[in-house]
Parts: sequence; structure tokens; C-alpha cells
Amino acid sequence: MKRNRPSIYGLLAEFESAEHVLDAAKRAYADGYRKLEAYSPFPVEGLDEAIGFHRSRVPLIVLMGGIAGGLTGFGMECFSAIYHYPINVGGRPLFSWPAFIPVTFELTVLFAAFSAVLGMLALNGLPKPYHPLFNVERFVLHGHDRFFLCVEATDAKFDRETTKRFLESLQPKGVYEVEP
Amino acid sequence: MNPNVPNPSTDAAASHSLLPRGHTYGSVTEKISEVVLTTRTPWSWLFGFSVGFTLLMVLMMAVAWLFYRGVGIWGVQVPVGWGFAIVNFVWWIGIGHAGTLISAILLLFRQEWRTSINRFAEAMTLFAVACAAIFPLLHLGRPWVFYWLFPYPDTMRLWPQWRSPLVWDVFAVSTYATVSFMFWYVGLLPDLGNMRDRARNRFVRVLYGMMAMGWRGAATHWHRYKIAYLLLAGLSTPLVLSVHSVVSMDFTIGIVPGWHSTIFPPYFVAGAIFSGFAMVMTLTIPVRKIYHLEEFFTIRHLDNMAKVLLATGMMVSYGYLMETFMAWYSHGKFEIYAVINRASGPYAVFFWAMIACNVLAPQVFWFKKARQHIPTLFVISLVVNLGMWLERFVIVIVSLHRDFMPSAWAMYYPTIWDWATLFGSIGLFLTLMLLFIRFLPMISMFELREQVAEQTEKKEAPR
Repeated sequence: MKRNRPSIYGLLAEFESAEHVLDAAKRAYADGYRKLEAYSPFPVEGLDEAIGFHRSRVPLIVLMGGIAGGLTGFGMECFSAIYHYPINVGGRPLFSWPAFIPVTFELTVLFAAFSAVLGMLALNGLPKPYHPLFNVERFVLHGHDRFFLCVEATDAKFDRETTKRFLESLQPKGVYEVEP
Repeated sequence: MNPNVPNPSTDAAASHSLLPRGHTYGSVTEKISEVVLTTRTPWSWLFGFSVGFTLLMVLMMAVAWLFYRGVGIWGVQVPVGWGFAIVNFVWWIGIGHAGTLISAILLLFRQEWRTSINRFAEAMTLFAVACAAIFPLLHLGRPWVFYWLFPYPDTMRLWPQWRSPLVWDVFAVSTYATVSFMFWYVGLLPDLGNMRDRARNRFVRVLYGMMAMGWRGAATHWHRYKIAYLLLAGLSTPLVLSVHSVVSMDFTIGIVPGWHSTIFPPYFVAGAIFSGFAMVMTLTIPVRKIYHLEEFFTIRHLDNMAKVLLATGMMVSYGYLMETFMAWYSHGKFEIYAVINRASGPYAVFFWAMIACNVLAPQVFWFKKARQHIPTLFVISLVVNLGMWLERFVIVIVSLHRDFMPSAWAMYYPTIWDWATLFGSIGLFLTLMLLFIRFLPMISMFELREQVAEQTEKKEAPR
């Protein structure tokens, strides 16, 4: 009866241990699946690489944020102290850069920290008010003690029956269809 | 300190590991989240909250009266223009430092024992900074124009004076508060997802769900998350060192004898960590008892914190010693007098109490028995908190009340409103802390699960 449904989000397999899901992810990747995602209650070493994810752009974003913050701080101080609102204090130089360092430093850190948090959230696609995976009742255990591997329906190799059979061959605790 | 080396001299090995044996991913999650999700509130929480809330109301009253009458209700006058407000400000902001130290610096140094206490300590940081931040604002005299401190396009075409340490302070403290909040929130994110999934009530679930932003533990998410978290730790580390350095520059850039000293930045940072660890200890000892979390906040945690207290206490003592030495070495008449006045002037009792609390009291932590004896730890932590408050009193008020011209000397006497604001701020801190304990998981659950995984791995495959 479910067969007539136009599409599903993907197929979700449940595992009981980190080693098991890691092994399953590696085998799924080796089998040619690319639209894979694994879910775990804590970061599992190597799981990201097993599903073919290697580099993240977070460090670059943070670097850019930090540079932007530093330039903003120092630029703002120079602009106001030299050009826009110069104060002559007993003939001391207007470009008194050592005194500008603390604010430059603080803004560097502030901008970099904002880029780290917002960059991480944006790349992760968060906040996300709705996600199909939560239609699977057992998925709530992803934060408890269960590990999941999802093959998404957008995968080129995805076929409801074959993929299901493949996932079952990995000896999971169960395989569930994820409604969109 | 190496957690991998078992300690042979202990009879109860369990009390020395960071996590009790026999815990699973599920059991740690349950234990921590149930503290929040239960509908039963311990009576001791209610008692603490009523004390905190009452004091908070005292703060409200003191602040309302202050806004109505102005800073004249305090004991400040010329020459002591910086009274309790600045003492309290420096005290609170110092307390905050331990949270960032625990969560950021100990993370970078891979000190596993930080895991159970980092969330708690970060929350403490946040609330301590909130308490600190109100004091400079109250002290402004015209608090309604506080935004003049920030650069903004105003019709008067004015800018902040970038060469003033007070402006640096605004940037340092506001950055610190913002970054601490982000660090804390990012750390909470996976646990908020847990809370959402475990909540039994729809309203609660929606609430945690919104805060969790749809976190679902995906491997790619974890990857970026860990990088972002590590980078935040890396950014927080120099930040935390800079904040109290900048605070110390509020003093040291002035020419007042007793302030104008190059040792201030490192000595302030050490003092901040000292007082912060004392506060973490003061808070964890009752909380572990009330919530039966002795297996997570273990004796080893307390032991390690006591060692940190001892080490930073020695650094602070070195600071006192160097201040005295430099005064003598400088041959400056006024600097020498400032030191003599501290030790034998009208406020000498504060100075000697400070020495007793900060230099002498932590020395008991050379002994393991003292480091593992809960009542001793609790009492010493309170003593250190008091001692660090006294230190700021000595620095701010005793330096100011007698500077260059004897004709300008005067005594400073705090009024009832000074005391009300100080105790009121403790009320604000307690209230926020207790609300945090009641409504958010106070131990990082996903990091505990990670620790469980590491422990089972070690057990199964001993290399």
C-alpha cells in the first residue's frame, strides 16, 4: 500500500554500536551510495569520512571573520581618531596605534566567534524546524544510545527495494522508510 | 594529573575515576536529563531559590532607589570615587574566568576531567559576567546614556576615546559576555536536542525544540560542530586572558600609587582564575549532594580544582610580594607609602584578612587529606571568595583613599545601599544559577556519552 506513494525521503537503518554503524557506512559508501548520512549520539571518530565527507569550510569562514573583525576595529579607530574626530592632546600623535590594539583584538575575536557559530549553523542547515527523519518514531533514540545510517532517496543508486535489501544485509536492528 | 595513570594509594578506585563503571550511553543521558524533566523540585532547590530571589528583590530595591536619587546614596566621594561598584565589578568578572578556563583552556590541553564540570562552570561564567556588567552601568551616574560608550552614528558626531582603558573595558567585557554565551549555547545544542526528544509534555518539547534548532546528530554536523567548538575554545583562550588584563589596565594606566604597576595584568588573571575556581567549588559541592551527582562531580574533580586553587593562590601571593618589592625598589615615596598604608593604615584589617584568606588558607591543599575532605574544601572555597573580594577592596579603595596630597585624604564608608547592591548581586547570581540547574542539563550529556564510549573501548581492547 505504501508502494504507490510518490517518494520517500530515504531509508534509515538502526544500529546498536558505533563500530557497527561505522562499518555499515563504509560498506554503503563502497557499494556506491553517495547521499549518505549517519546519525550518532556523540561524534564518532571516522564516521564523517566513512560517508565521504572530508573537508569543512568552517575554519576558512572563521579566518575571514577574524580578519574582517580586526580590520573593522582598527579601521574604525583610525578613521575616527585621525580624520573624523581628531583630538589634540598636548601635541601627541593622532595615529597612536598601540592604544588601538585592545579594541582591535576584541573585535577580531568577536567577529571570528560569530563566524564560527553562524558559519557552523548555516553549513549544517540549522535552524531547521522540520525534518523528515523525525517521522520515524525510533529516530528519537539518535540522542540516546542508537546509531543510524540513512540512504537518501536523491541518491543516484537509490532504489527502494534493492537499497532496502542492501541495508538489511548489513544486519541492522531495523530498517525504516522515512516519509518526506 | 594524568587521568590514565591509576592511583595505587587509594582504597576506593571508583572514587578516582572520572566516571563510574557500568554506565551506558542511555543511563548517563537519563540520569542528567531527569534532573530537569522531572516534575518534582527538591525542597533544597526551593529553599535556595527563595533566598536568591529575596536577595534579587533587595537588588531591585537598591537599584530603583539609586536611579531615583543618584550615586550619592553610596559611600563614594572624593577621593574615593570608585567604591563598592568597582570592587564588585572586578570581583564578579574574575569569578567568571574559571568557567572559560575550564571549558576552553582545559579542552585544548585535553584534560578529560573537565567534561562533567564544564557546562556548569560556563553557566557560572555567564551569570557572573551578567552580575559584573550591571555595576559599571549603575556607577555611571547617568545610566540612561550608557550607549555613549559604544561607537554609533550620533548627531553630535562624537566618538569614544580609543586611548582610554575604560573604553577598552567596554569592548572587552561585552565581547567576553557575547563569546561566553555563544560557547555555552553551542555546547548545549546537542543536549537541547536530547531534551526535545525526551520531553514528555508537548509545550516543553516545542520549547526545547526551538532552542535545539533541529539538531539531529548527523555525522557531517558533528564534524563541523567539533571544528567550530574547538575554534571557539581557541578564540576564548586569549580572550579570557585579555579581559582581566584590560580590567587591570583600568587601574594600572592611572597614576594612583598602588595602581600604577606592570604586574597587574598577569596578577589579575591569576586572581581571576583563583576566585573563579573557588566559586565553582562553592557551587558544585552542594549541587552534587542535592542531586546525587557524586558519580559525575567526583572527588577527583574536587581534588584537581583544589590543586588549581593552590597553584593560582601561589601566583596571587607572588603578585602581593612583587607589589611590595617593586614599591621598595622604585624608591618612590608615594608607592612605598601606599604599601605601608595597606599594612598599617586604617584599613589594615582588610589587608591582613586578605593575606589570611588568599595566601595562608589555600596552603592546606598541599595535603591530600584536605583536598578530599568535602567540608574543608567548601569552607576554604568560601574563604577564598571572601579573600578575593577583600583583595579588590584593598586595591580599589585603600589605594584611592590616600594618594599624593594628605590634604585630599579621606575615609570611605560603605552605606547600607552599597551592601544591598553587593548582596543583591549575589541574589541575582543565585537566582540565575538555580534556574539554569532546574531548566537545562547541567552536565554535558553528549560529552559524557563520548567518555562512556572511550571507556568501553579501553576495556574491550587494552593496547
